[in-house]
Amino acid sequence: MTLLLAIAIGVLAGTGVWLMLRARSFELIVGLTLLSNAVNLFIFAMGRLRVGAEPIIDATRAPTLANYTDPLPQALVLTAIVIGFAMTALLLVIALRARMETGSDHVDGQEPR
Amino acid sequence: MNGATGAPLIPLSVLLPVLALAPFAAALLLALLENRRRRAAAWILASVVLAGLGLVVLAGPAIAAGEVLRWSVPWLEPLGLSFGFRMDGLAWMFSLLILGIGALVVLYAAWYLDEKEPAARFFMLLALFIGAMLGVVLAENLLLLVVFWEATSLSSFLLIGFWHYRSDARRGARMALAITGGGGLCLLGGVLILGHIVGSFELDRVLAAGDQIRAHPLYQPALHLVLLGAFTKSAQFPFHFWLPQAMAAPTPVSAYLHSATMVKAGVFLLARMYPALGGSDAWFWVVTLTGLATLLVGAYLAIFQHDLKGLLAYSTISHLGLITMLFGLNAQLAVVAGVFHILNHATFKASLFMSAGIIDHETGTRDIRRLGGLARQLPITAALGIVAAGAMAGVPLLNGFLSKEMFFAETLQKAGQGSVLWLLPVGATLAGALSVAYSARFVHDVFFGGPTRGPARAAHEPPHFMRVPVEVLVLLCVAVGIAPGLLIAPVLMPAARAALGGELPEFSLAIWHGVNLPLAMSALALVGGLLLYAGLQRFIDLHRLEHVARGGREMFEMAQAGIVRAMRTLTVSLQNGSLQRYLLLLIGFALAAGLLPWLSSDGWPGLPALPDDPAPLGFVAIWAIGIAATLATALLRRQRLLALVLLGAVGLSVSLAFVWFSAPDLALTQILVDVATIVLMMLALRWLPQQGPPVRARLGKWRDLLLAGGVGAGITVLVLAALTRPFDSISPYFLRTAKSEGGGTNVVNVILVDYRGFDTFGEITVLAIAALVIHALVVSVRGRQLPLAGQPSVDARGQAQAQAQPKATAPPPTPQTHASLMLEVVSRLMLPVSALVSVYLFLRGHNLPGGGFIAGLVLAIALVLQFVANGQRWVDERARIDFRTWVGWGLLIAGGTGIGSWLVGAPFLTSSYDYPVWPLVGAVPLASAALFDLGVYLTVVGSTLVALLAIARLRDTPGASR
Repeated sequence: MTLLLAIAIGVLAGTGVWLMLRARSFELIVGLTLLSNAVNLFIFAMGRLRVGAEPIIDATRAPTLANYTDPLPQALVLTAIVIGFAMTALLLVIALRARMETGSDHVDGQEPR
Repeated sequence: MNGATGAPLIPLSVLLPVLALAPFAAALLLALLENRRRRAAAWILASVVLAGLGLVVLAGPAIAAGEVLRWSVPWLEPLGLSFGFRMDGLAWMFSLLILGIGALVVLYAAWYLDEKEPAARFFMLLALFIGAMLGVVLAENLLLLVVFWEATSLSSFLLIGFWHYRSDARRGARMALAITGGGGLCLLGGVLILGHIVGSFELDRVLAAGDQIRAHPLYQPALHLVLLGAFTKSAQFPFHFWLPQAMAAPTPVSAYLHSATMVKAGVFLLARMYPALGGSDAWFWVVTLTGLATLLVGAYLAIFQHDLKGLLAYSTISHLGLITMLFGLNAQLAVVAGVFHILNHATFKASLFMSAGIIDHETGTRDIRRLGGLARQLPITAALGIVAAGAMAGVPLLNGFLSKEMFFAETLQKAGQGSVLWLLPVGATLAGALSVAYSARFVHDVFFGGPTRGPARAAHEPPHFMRVPVEVLVLLCVAVGIAPGLLIAPVLMPAARAALGGELPEFSLAIWHGVNLPLAMSALALVGGLLLYAGLQRFIDLHRLEHVARGGREMFEMAQAGIVRAMRTLTVSLQNGSLQRYLLLLIGFALAAGLLPWLSSDGWPGLPALPDDPAPLGFVAIWAIGIAATLATALLRRQRLLALVLLGAVGLSVSLAFVWFSAPDLALTQILVDVATIVLMMLALRWLPQQGPPVRARLGKWRDLLLAGGVGAGITVLVLAALTRPFDSISPYFLRTAKSEGGGTNVVNVILVDYRGFDTFGEITVLAIAALVIHALVVSVRGRQLPLAGQPSVDARGQAQAQAQPKATAPPPTPQTHASLMLEVVSRLMLPVSALVSVYLFLRGHNLPGGGFIAGLVLAIALVLQFVANGQRWVDERARIDFRTWVGWGLLIAGGTGIGSWLVGAPFLTSSYDYPVWPLVGAVPLASAALFDLGVYLTVVGSTLVALLAIARLRDTPGASR
């Protein structure tokens, strides 16, 4: 399971990077979204992968890491997801503006000669 | 500390900060003054300087009694930096010098400056410089000294470049700043090493730790770095060339900075650090030889200058070399002589610069070749200049003679101690002769003889007050020369004692020591110098000589041009304007940095062991889809709509992974953000080409593939490596206290709104800023012709044309209503339900999955659905809400909650809680954290909608919809 998730994160990151190196702003933004998914999963995984150990305290289980998964990376990633959204939106608008100003959706604002 | 001479009304040490900081206050005042109010500006600075001088004189008796005044307050204690001042004999003498000559310079400048020149600015800069200089000599610890040291470099830069419209002034100022600033950096390095050796930056402790410093293995680097600082500042060979360039400054600046003060900061540092660093062989050789070289080079070059101030500048270099050499000799009497010559040189050189300024002012030129016979036109100035030049040459009965005599005696003293050391008195005598020669040239060519080139305009004596400073200084030269014991001993003694860090040797300041070797050397130098000058004029004719000092300046300028060129090449090659190139470099470097540990000498650490946890079928299925969708997104990226759908599938897989691994909050957030992102990009797709035309890239694709593969593989290995290692976390604390102290059972939410509340506050602020920027970017293009998705991209050349005449192709008709009846009805039905769900998620968030972020996203998406299903107009007709106000209120509430905890005396964002029971909902945690969460909620709803609607409303723009 760990191996599969590690591979999945790698694929997300690699694909994201590859797309970010493309020339169109749309591809760049899609790539960035994939990369931020990878990074979020990565940070989340650093708190270790636990099944059935939601960090919601109930009276029957003692509040230790043996009974609950690590809540801290989750809190970090939660805000990261939301901010990632805001950044995607901002980049999109910048891309739109760039296309309006330059007439091109190439990341450099003009087609290569 | 005080009390040796009875308790004064105010302890003198309290006056130190007043003394040191008053010039800065004056600068502030002057900055507010109008430039044309020249008199007022001069009066302000003069009164501050005179008051400072009064304070210094007041401190005289205590200093003479051997007291050291100290005042300090803690500043950056962890760095060992306190803000404090310390006045011992040396600092006192320098304060006297700075303020005494400062007062004369202010008077002189008040008459020198032209009516049209910005006088207030000039005096403000001068005040800054005086303050910085006082700071250097009065600083009580080395770090503070360096701070003020840099301040002198900066303020002198501004003063040299005062006539900033002149290119030579700008060049001279830049050069001075580059060299003295660079030296300042070296000094900082040296001081840090000294602080490391001694364990303190306090001057008292550093000066007392000389033996410890000299025995330390880091003594050599510390010594050389400090010396580099001192040598660059006092224009020692081979850094001397900045000083003549700095002559582009107004003459009062030259007279002050380049004779009496700034260049003296370098030799001050030598004197200051002498107890700590001096006395070693390294000190002797480096300082003495540098001084000797500077002494000779400066004196030699001075003879051949045609610019009056240039001659004086090289002569200054030479005299600074003399002083440096005296400190290098490692002899107590030499240090006394060095301090003495600092005083003497300051008096005669300042007066000479001022005389040169008067000549320039009255005749309109400083070119020696165009001057001559001025003794007739300016008899008084001529007399003053001749006396001062005599002091510079070391003529008996003038002050320069006394210290030069002591200098000769000390070189002789040293000559007896080693084989090649006979060079010292020989070099000293030679330099003496050269200095007589240039002094003779100054006197003869300017005041007598005749001009050889187009003569200057007829001159007359300057306004009397302009001459007063020169008169005062020349009077001092003569008085000290005749009665040294009476006049200079009270100033010299405490200063020399402080420079030596202990007791003074026996010495006498008499004029006549009988016929001895130093006297013979003086006589030889005088006669030889006069002969040399006469010979040069007769056989070479100095006026026709186009000899200009080459070397340092050219090398500096070449180096400067070279660096600029190299950096430009580097910048152009790296920053070629291609975003792809930047990203490539960035990712390449990140990859290389990640690989570095594997390539290091420890050898290949091996791949991490594979964990043994077989994946259940469900998980395999999720990621089979996830990975396939990811790869397909890349492959089908040109069919953009399809790519978006696949991107949504990827997000879903991520969300399911969160569910799988016990992160319900994350799963909810991820799926909501996924929805919002896809909606957003769908909206944006309208203004981007549906299909991205391929960009030709020959090598690029494979290179990118390699890089991307490297990144992917690297991250996979990294994850495995991290996850197969033992795990430690700070989270047990959160788990243990979430309920008891945070008042909630959903630990993730408690961390967000309580433990890391400040972080969250920052994050929603970022969110808000991003939304507002999006809004601004979109609003500013309203009403402009927008290229639509259907239109082909226009290249840069066609762009102007496209703007000039809108394309005739009609944009696709905008669907105003009835996108889908089904969606319309369902979305309207769903809105209240969604809103309720949102409120529910918000309320339970502290204890169960939910909270401000998630609830906010739910409401935002429900509202966006209305816009998508029913159209902008339909919604706006019913409720035109400006979601920017939501953002504002959200931030206000969140911030207000934080500030609220101040009211009860707790730190920002401290939360408290209670559990009132609500009907139907149950026990609701009414924590102040919930109020904070409300702020988060509003900000998230507001920001998401502002962003989405900004893009959606682009269609409102006339250019786009019609």
